[in-house]
Amino acid sequence: MAVEAKMIDIIVEQLSVDKEKVVPAASFVDDLGADSLDLVELIMAMEEEFDVEIPDEEAEKITTVQNAIDFVAKIQE
Amino acid sequence: MTLQDKVALVTGGSRGIGRAICTRLAAMGALVGINYVSNPTAAQETLDLLEAQGGRGFLCPFNVSDFAATQTAVKSIISDHGRLDVLVNNAGITRDGLMAMMKEPHWDDVLDTNLKGAFSCSKAAMRSMLKKRWGRIINISSVIGFVGNGGQVNYGAAKAGLVGLTKSMARELAGRNVTVNCVAPGYIVTDMTEELAEDVQQAIKAQVPLNRLGSAEDVAAAVAFLASADAEYITGQTLHVNGGMYMGN
Repeated sequence: MAVEAKMIDIIVEQLSVDKEKVVPAASFVDDLGADSLDLVELIMAMEEEFDVEIPDEEAEKITTVQNAIDFVAKIQE
Repeated sequence: MTLQDKVALVTGGSRGIGRAICTRLAAMGALVGINYVSNPTAAQETLDLLEAQGGRGFLCPFNVSDFAATQTAVKSIISDHGRLDVLVNNAGITRDGLMAMMKEPHWDDVLDTNLKGAFSCSKAAMRSMLKKRWGRIINISSVIGFVGNGGQVNYGAAKAGLVGLTKSMARELAGRNVTVNCVAPGYIVTDMTEELAEDVQQAIKAQVPLNRLGSAEDVAAAVAFLASADAEYITGQTLHVNGGMYMGN
């Protein structure tokens, strides 16, 4: 849960979107209006916040809010 | 033109044009990372030089042709100093020879250092620039990339390649206020050109309307301008510093 709440905060901050829109199924590009550089910056913010390293090939798979939460939860196990 | 509180990295900063760029950026107030690979004594001399004029710098040895080493080194600069605002991709080598005789490693070495090195360093450095919404990447190309030179197919290809790299990077990063430009020196007095025979040097001068070889400081001045706030509306461009020997664009 902690991961989810933190992740939503990061997404709201990075993409300047309303918290209500940041639902698990939301796609960063299609639903939250992110461009490709926004995604790069989001990954960078995740790396910093959760103190993890996200390789480029993993980062490409993170396209929705749920993907991002799952990825961090998995890596922190 | 000030770079107060900014951190800069100059690849191939130990000698020649790189050294002049390091001292110039330090004089503008930047903390300057002096990258080198083979000559620690020369790098230390560059550091001594910029400190003697009241500047601040640090040494950062790594080989820009090694992608993994570059990522690690640039990341550690960013974490040590909290930022990296100006990157000057200056590191370059030559492995001259007529194409008919050129060995594959001579092609690969020049492309790996002169072109791929710029990609690798920029990829690592842009992370900090994106976050700060400010950055300057300056690639040191060459007049050879524009006019060609017999015996330098590898060098010419790499230097022309930097121009294409610059333009595409400029488009990618423009939305975050990061500018990417090239400086293309002509014939400059450095260790690289001092090796040339006297008659070759005379022949070069004959092609230069300003009738002299350039100095490393001439190139550093162009870099300083592109790194400054004054150049904020300039991106994807090549600034030629060649005494007029090539005027196309």
